[in-house]
Amino acid sequence: MVSHAQTHRLESGGLIDRSAPLNFRFDGKTFAGFQGDTLASALIANGVKLVGRSFKYHRPRGILTSGSEEPNALVELRTGARREPNTKATTAELYDGLEAASQNCWPSLRHDLMAVNQLFSPIFVAGFYYKTFMWPAKFWEAIYEPAIRRAAGLGRAAGVADPDHYDKAWAHCDVLIAGSGPAGLAAALAAGRSGARVILCEEDFALGGRLLADGGMIDGMPAAEWTSRTLAELATLPDVRIMNRTTLFGVYDGGTYGAIERVNDHLPSPPEHQVRQRLWRIVAKRCVVAAGAIERPIVFAGNDTPGVMMASAMRTYVARYAATPAKRIALFTNNEDGWRTVETALGAGLQIAAVVDARLDVSAAHRALAAKAGFPVLNGSVAGVEGGKDGVRKISISLTGGARAEVEADGLAVSGGWNPAVGLTSYHRGRPKWQDDISAFVPDGAPPGMVAAGAANGAFGLGACLSQGFAAGAAAAQSPGHNGSAGTPPVADDETFSLTRLWHVAGKGKAFVDYQHDVTASDIELAQREGFESVEHLKRYTTLGMATDQGKTSNVAGLAILAAVSGKSIPETGTTIYRPPYVPVAIGAFAGHHRDEDFHATRLTPSHHWAAEQGAVFVDTGLWKRAQWYPRAGEKDWLESVTREVKAVRSGVGFCDVSTLGKIDVHGPDAGAFLDRVYINTFSNLAVGKARYGLMLREDGMVYDDGTTSRLAEDHYFLTTTTAKAGPVMQHLEFCRQVLFPQLDVQLTSVSDQWAQFSIAGPKTRDLLREIVDPAEDLLNEAFPFMGAREVALRGGIKARLFRISFSGEMAFEISVPARYGDALVRNLMLAGKQFGVTPYGTEALGVMRIEKGHVAGPELNGTTTAADLGHGKMMSTKKDFIGCVMAGREALAAADRQVVVGIKPTDKKRRLRSGAHVIPKGEIPGSASSQGYVTSVCFSPTLDQWIGLALVERGRERIGEIVHAHDPLRGEDYDVELCNPVFYDPDGGRQRG
Amino acid sequence: MRIVCPFCGERELGEFSYLGDAKPVRPAAGAPEDDVFDYVYLRDNIAGAMSEHWYHAGGCRAWLKITRNTLTHEISSVEPAAGAGAAEVGA
Ligand SMILES: [Zn+2]
Repeated sequence: MVSHAQTHRLESGGLIDRSAPLNFRFDGKTFAGFQGDTLASALIANGVKLVGRSFKYHRPRGILTSGSEEPNALVELRTGARREPNTKATTAELYDGLEAASQNCWPSLRHDLMAVNQLFSPIFVAGFYYKTFMWPAKFWEAIYEPAIRRAAGLGRAAGVADPDHYDKAWAHCDVLIAGSGPAGLAAALAAGRSGARVILCEEDFALGGRLLADGGMIDGMPAAEWTSRTLAELATLPDVRIMNRTTLFGVYDGGTYGAIERVNDHLPSPPEHQVRQRLWRIVAKRCVVAAGAIERPIVFAGNDTPGVMMASAMRTYVARYAATPAKRIALFTNNEDGWRTVETALGAGLQIAAVVDARLDVSAAHRALAAKAGFPVLNGSVAGVEGGKDGVRKISISLTGGARAEVEADGLAVSGGWNPAVGLTSYHRGRPKWQDDISAFVPDGAPPGMVAAGAANGAFGLGACLSQGFAAGAAAAQSPGHNGSAGTPPVADDETFSLTRLWHVAGKGKAFVDYQHDVTASDIELAQREGFESVEHLKRYTTLGMATDQGKTSNVAGLAILAAVSGKSIPETGTTIYRPPYVPVAIGAFAGHHRDEDFHATRLTPSHHWAAEQGAVFVDTGLWKRAQWYPRAGEKDWLESVTREVKAVRSGVGFCDVSTLGKIDVHGPDAGAFLDRVYINTFSNLAVGKARYGLMLREDGMVYDDGTTSRLAEDHYFLTTTTAKAGPVMQHLEFCRQVLFPQLDVQLTSVSDQWAQFSIAGPKTRDLLREIVDPAEDLLNEAFPFMGAREVALRGGIKARLFRISFSGEMAFEISVPARYGDALVRNLMLAGKQFGVTPYGTEALGVMRIEKGHVAGPELNGTTTAADLGHGKMMSTKKDFIGCVMAGREALAAADRQVVVGIKPTDKKRRLRSGAHVIPKGEIPGSASSQGYVTSVCFSPTLDQWIGLALVERGRERIGEIVHAHDPLRGEDYDVELCNPVFYDPDGGRQRG
Repeated sequence: MRIVCPFCGERELGEFSYLGDAKPVRPAAGAPEDDVFDYVYLRDNIAGAMSEHWYHAGGCRAWLKITRNTLTHEISSVEPAAGAGAAEVGA
C-alpha cells in the first residue's frame, strides 16, 4: 500500500502535527496526511481537486470552503454499517485508516456517465419537479421517477442498523457562548472572570475560529500566543467549560439550546463503551452568539469548476494546514478582505497570477504589493473559467470599460464579502435586517437572553470582535448576578473595510448560486419571470437553499439576484424564515439510547420472571409485557393452549396476573362523595368490605373507563382502572380533585406498582385459597360473599387483600399482596395448587372468558360508546351530579337507534369470526350506507365449542335472534351471524356467586 | 420550554402535560344543558396571553394554571389550582 506523495504540502508551517502521519483512502486510492488535517485539507495536500459530482447535472466539483457551510465536497465517509453519506470533507477530521468515497457518480468520479444530465439541462430548470409532475402520471411513474432517482440524489445510506451508540445529556450554565473566535474567547474571558458558569461550544476541533488562519496581533502579541494564553486562563476559571467538536444547532423556548457533540467522529470507531455523538440540551440564562460570518461567493459562469474556492478557505488551507490548493492563484474580490489571501499565498511562496478587483479604489499599499510581487491588478470581474475535472486552467475577465483579458491560473480565490451567521439569532422567526454599510444582513433582535457579537453581529474587524465579545460576555454574566471584575478587555486594531457590491457577473455558461442543489442564476431569473417573486416561493420553486447546507453560501446571493431582476432592493426582497438545525443532526443522536428494545421503558409484572421460566408467550400492552398464554409441550398452536387454559379454569382453577390494572387509593372523609362525582353510579353508599363495578364518563358523556372499586374503610376506597387508562385516569381524577372539586377533603395515591394482583378463578378457587390464606379466615359465602372485599392474613402472616370479583364468570377472587411478594405468591399458588391441577392462564384466555361472559373491554370502550350502548344505562344515577351527566342526556346520545353491544354467533357453527366485519341487514347490498355496526371482539369459545363475538349494532338489543350479514371486505369474507344475548355463559350469574 | 412549578421549582417541559384553556368553569349541578355544552366544547383560540391548565405529571402531580403567550411561549404566571396545595409533600 503505497501512499501518494503530499505534492501540495508546504515544507513547513501550519497547525498540523507532522510527527503524526496518517494514511487514508479516497475512492480506493491511498493517500497520506497528518494529525490536524481535515479530509479536505489532506485531499488538497495530495493535489486532489475533484471530490464529487453535483446533484442534478453531475458536474465535477471540488472543495469550495473550509467549514460547515460547504456545499460541494460531500462524501460517503466510512464503510459498511458506519457508512455515512453527505459528510462534509471540510469538517471531517482525518484519522489513520479513514475511508471515504465520492458520491453521486457512476461508474466513477472521473468518468461519470450521468454527466449526460448536463445535456438535458434545459429540462432540469427551476420548477422542474413541479412541471414534470403535471405530465401523465403513468409516464412519470414508469420513466421519469426511476430515472431521476438514479440520476439525481446524494450519497447512499448504510442500509443496515447503526452499530454505534448515541447519548443525550443536559447541561446548565449562566452564559452559553457559540464560537471560539476572537469574539467568543473574549466573551468567555469576561463572563468567566465575573464568576459566571460558562459553556463555550466550538464546532471545530481546534479553538480560535478565524484566528487559526488569519492571525493578527492582539494585546501586542501574535494571535496564536494570545489564544493559548487565553485558553490557559480560561482553564484556571472553575466554571468555564469549553466544548470543542460541538455545534450549537438550535434555540428553543425558555433559554434551552440544542448542541451536537461529535464525541468520537474523529476516530475510526468509538472506543468500547463510548458514544459516537452526544446530543446536548443546554439551559442557559444568557447566550452570546459569536458564530462568525460566512464568506459569500460571486456568481459567474464556471464558478463551480474545481479549483474555484472561497478566498478565506484558500488561505485557511495554506496557513492552517500548510496545504496548497493551487500553485498559481488568481483572486477575484469585491472587497478588501480578499487581499488577505494574496498576502498569505505570497508569504507561503505561492505565485499570484492576478487580482481581479471589482473596486475602483484599490489601496496604494496593495498596488505596491502587486508591483513588488509582479502580478497585475485588474479592475473588473471574472466572466468565465476554463477548466474541468482537473481544475482551473484559465480565467477570462471582463475589464471595466468593456475590454477582455485572460489569465492562466490553477486556482481562483473568490470573495464576495461576508454574511454574518444569523441562523441562531433568527430561529424564533426573527428576520435579520439589512445593514447597508457592510452590504449584509445582521441580526435584528434575537430570542430572549441571546445577543450576537463580533462578525456574527456584522462587526468584522478584529478589534471590534474582541471588544463586542468582551462587552457581551461581561453583560451576560452581570444579568445572572455575577459581579466579579471582568478585568481588562483584549485589544486589537480593526482592519480596513471596503466593499463594492457585486453579486452576479453576466456571461455565457452556467453560473451557480446554490452549488449543492445546482441552482443557477438563470433558474432564479426564470422563476421570477414565471411569477415566483416572493423569496419563500422562489426557495420552493428553485429549491435554492433547501439542500443539507441550507444555503449558507447561497441564500443571500440568490435573493440579491431576485431583487435585481424584480427591480426591488435586497431588504424589500427579504429573507426566508430561518429554521434549526444549523447543521444536519443525525436522527440517531435525537433518539439516543431510545432505540430497539430501549425505544420505551418496559414494565414487567410481578410474576414476569416466573412466567418466563414457564415459557410463557408475552404480548406488549402499552409498556407492559403480559403473559399471553402458556404453551405446553405438544400443543400445536396458541388456540390449543388457550382452549386448554379456559377449560382448566371453568372445570378446576386457574390464575392470571392482573397487576397491570391501574390501582388508586382514595383516602379522606369526602372519598365517597368524590367517587360519586367521577362515577356514573354511587359509591358513598357502598358498605365497608364491599366492591362495586363502576363506570366513568368523560364530560362529553362518552364512557371513559371502567373497573371495580372497593371500600376498605370508612374513609378509604381502593379504585382500579383498565391497564390502558391507568395513567390518564389518575391524571383525570387529580384534575377533578384539584380543579373541579377542591372543596372535597380527599387524597389520591397511585399504588399501581405497589400491589401484585392475581385473579384466581374456577370452581376450585376456594380450595386453592385455603392452602394460601390463614385457616382462621372464613372464605365461605356468608362471611365472604360475591363482591366482598377485605384484608386477610396469609399463612405465614403476610397481609393480603381479597376481592371476590369475577371477570370470567366463575367463582373467583382477586388477591393482592405487596408487589415484592408477587413472585413468591405465584410460586406458592403453583405448589399449593398442584393437587387441584391449577393452571396459569394468560391474557388470551382472560379475553375468551370475558367475551363468553359478555363483559365489555377496550374494543367496546372505544371513546364513542355511552353507558347505555354498553348495556349499563341503568347504572347512571339520576340523583346526583357526576362528570358527563348532562351531556350524556343529549338527544343523540340517548337515541333509540344507537349501536349497542350485542352478542353474535355464526349460523354455520364451524365458521371462524373475525373482528372488524360490518353488520348488514339481510338482503341489503353491503356498503357504508347499509352498515349497521361492526364486530368488536371475537374468540373461539371452548365452552360453546364455536366462535362467538360481541358487536356494536343499531338497536341490537331489540333484535336478539335476528340473522344478519357479516361483511368483511378487508378479508373478502361474507357470512351470516345471529344476534344474541352478549352473556353467552351462565347468564344468571349463579357460578360466580356460588 | 421551562415551567416554574410553585412546588418543585423550574422544570423542563417534558415533565408536564397540557390540557388547555383554563377559563371555562364547570357549571354547578342543575345548570342548563347549553351552559354545560359551552363548558365542554367552546374554547377561545387566543393569539397572545392565554390561561391554561397544565399538569406536573413528572413531578408533584399538581394541576397548574399557567398564563402563556401562545405566540412566544412566554410564561407570565404559574399558580396552583385551588386544590393543588394538598399535593405539596410535607407542606
Ligand atoms: Zn411540581
